[in-house]
Amino acid sequence: MAKELLKGNIAFAEAAIRAGCEAYFGYPITPQTEALEHMSKRMPELGRVFLQAESEVAAINMVYGAASAGVRVMTSSSSPGVSLMMEGLSYIVGSEVPVVLVDIMRGGPGLGNIAPSQGDYNQIVKGGGHGDYRPIVLAPATVQELIDLTVEAFDLAEKYRYIVVVLADGSMGQIMEPAELPPMKPVRKPEERPAWALTGAKGRDPNVITSIYIDPAVEEEFNLKLKAKQERIEANEVRYKEIALEEAEIAIVAFGTAGRVAQSAVKAAREEGIRVGLLRPISLYPYPYHRVRELASKVKAMLVVEMNGGQMVEDVRLAVEGRVPVHFYGRMGGVVPLPEEVLDEIRKVHSGLAVPA
Amino acid sequence: MAKGRIVVDESLCKGCELCTTVCPKDLIAMDKGRFTPKGYHPAELVDPEEACTGCAICALICPEAAISIYRWVPAAKAVGVAS
Amino acid sequence: MAEEKLVESLIYAKPESLYPVGTHYCPGCTHGVAHRLIAEVIDELGVREETIGVAPVGCAVFAYNYFNMDFAEAAHGRAPAMATGIKRVSPDKIVFTYQGDGDLASIGMAEIIHAAARGENITVIFINNANYGMTGGQMAPTTLPGQKTTSSPLGRDVEMHGFPIRVAELLSQLDGAVYVVRRSLHSVANIRKAKKAIRQAFEVQQQGLGFSMVELLSSCPINWGLPPVEALQWIEDHMLPAYPLGDYKVHPAIAKKPTR
Repeated sequence: MAKELLKGNIAFAEAAIRAGCEAYFGYPITPQTEALEHMSKRMPELGRVFLQAESEVAAINMVYGAASAGVRVMTSSSSPGVSLMMEGLSYIVGSEVPVVLVDIMRGGPGLGNIAPSQGDYNQIVKGGGHGDYRPIVLAPATVQELIDLTVEAFDLAEKYRYIVVVLADGSMGQIMEPAELPPMKPVRKPEERPAWALTGAKGRDPNVITSIYIDPAVEEEFNLKLKAKQERIEANEVRYKEIALEEAEIAIVAFGTAGRVAQSAVKAAREEGIRVGLLRPISLYPYPYHRVRELASKVKAMLVVEMNGGQMVEDVRLAVEGRVPVHFYGRMGGVVPLPEEVLDEIRKVHSGLAVPA
Repeated sequence: MAKGRIVVDESLCKGCELCTTVCPKDLIAMDKGRFTPKGYHPAELVDPEEACTGCAICALICPEAAISIYRWVPAAKAVGVAS
Repeated sequence: MAEEKLVESLIYAKPESLYPVGTHYCPGCTHGVAHRLIAEVIDELGVREETIGVAPVGCAVFAYNYFNMDFAEAAHGRAPAMATGIKRVSPDKIVFTYQGDGDLASIGMAEIIHAAARGENITVIFINNANYGMTGGQMAPTTLPGQKTTSSPLGRDVEMHGFPIRVAELLSQLDGAVYVVRRSLHSVANIRKAKKAIRQAFEVQQQGLGFSMVELLSSCPINWGLPPVEALQWIEDHMLPAYPLGDYKVHPAIAKKPTR
């Protein structure tokens, strides 16, 4: 397949189709509605299921139904819509059906605005719906990554019978970049649906999809099972990218669009002779704690850059455990920091290093 | 000879008495002298004159599907699961 | 004529589509009758192995312990959406929801209206017992004016709590709804009619005609504070006037053939 100029929202929708997504249920919400529009055209073309639901609450429960029937299914939404999906996400985890959600974050809280933001990091990465769980969270910084991570999300969801959230922001959904789409994968044949799925109890005992464990001891067993699943995820699914971290004195940690902006700042700072590099987490859960901890033993200071008031910085501090100072620079409300702003912060941190301890 | 009879599964009967109010021949009563394993007084067929026709009206109203219905039918027409 | 040989034959037993287990429903609660009728219809249509049931939060939340078929437990109010998701990817399967009045007419009102408006090819069994049963008898959208519940202790005051919602009439306005009726479970004759309606609804789905719903007036002895027999009488005395029985939508395509 060749590279095409693709808009993020269209790219991840088409990527899901190429990954064999058989059903899409969604609801219009800026800044990701183009995905819904793309699905509304393409899915029927391919004889697959598209439905615009009456609300995000209904949409996620339609997704829950289709997932329970054993097909590849996804939805996409943005911050306020995802908030409405939280109960559904909890039921989905509670009954271990595989689901993919693409969350294109926007300014908040409340109605907020439609500008790009990373203000939902805690909401998504630390759990989301009620109960003990944390979804797998993948954060792309380019349209190509958005495509690749959406495709991968389907495999991970099925590998762990879990929820995978592709967490991006309004700019990622709206920008256009050259990117390459994977080849088309057909939908699963009905007889290939998993054995646990609701397909009609023909020649087998009935299957039940439920998240009820009325006996606390049995619920705890289920929670321990989820915990064990999360430990496997933490052991196997950590993903990150590193730029210019060799013999760096300062490490920047930033994800998604903020990571992209930080990358430009790193380049500029390197040209000024500042030894700085970037760690860009791609899996926000499982978070690359061990890599951050390793860096803390090599660098003199860290700078976390986010498009929120400081959320991922807490995870960095958890990993660093005070070994080195962890500075923070963030813009909120949907403001995207410019590389020059981040470069100034790097300079401040750098000058701070010169002062003897 | 009674044309039919009923069997109340006492593991299901909750002593709700609904069946006793609908039997056309008034042949079902609550056995106040006994308890089911769950602690309910069970309904039972009281049919000294063998009047039960196996009409199944009691089974129609039973919320627990606790009542099975038997009917004496000519061998040729014996349908359903032989008990 | 020679004495014809008679054989004792079992002519009625618990339907195969119900597990041979007891239920948690209160004694005399007609949820059990509804379960039995649905199971009998599924047995008679021979579709147990192609049917997927969806029951949300409510007294029937454990329906999957009773129905001997594939089953899903949905979030409160969301069964029509979950059933939509299942049916859209399994168009050849029979999909039905089993919902209470708090679930369907309160928290799930948007879902039921839009499923009907879409003409979703599913069957909805709607149990109207004029209160939230599972949580101990609170006021529901179907609670009658003046009816005391644990959250309308002085009786439902329409000035404060508004008026009951007649769901069958409401859904019958939607073009996607092709079969919408209200029946009752408070007497043998009505139970027979209810079964016919349930069967008709499943047949409507089998023929792919669109959305079907059977509203069933049902008793709640424990929360109404009445013995089971009197609870059925309460339905006749109080619920029938507020919720008239009848066919509210029967699409012409539904041939008026007698259903056995």
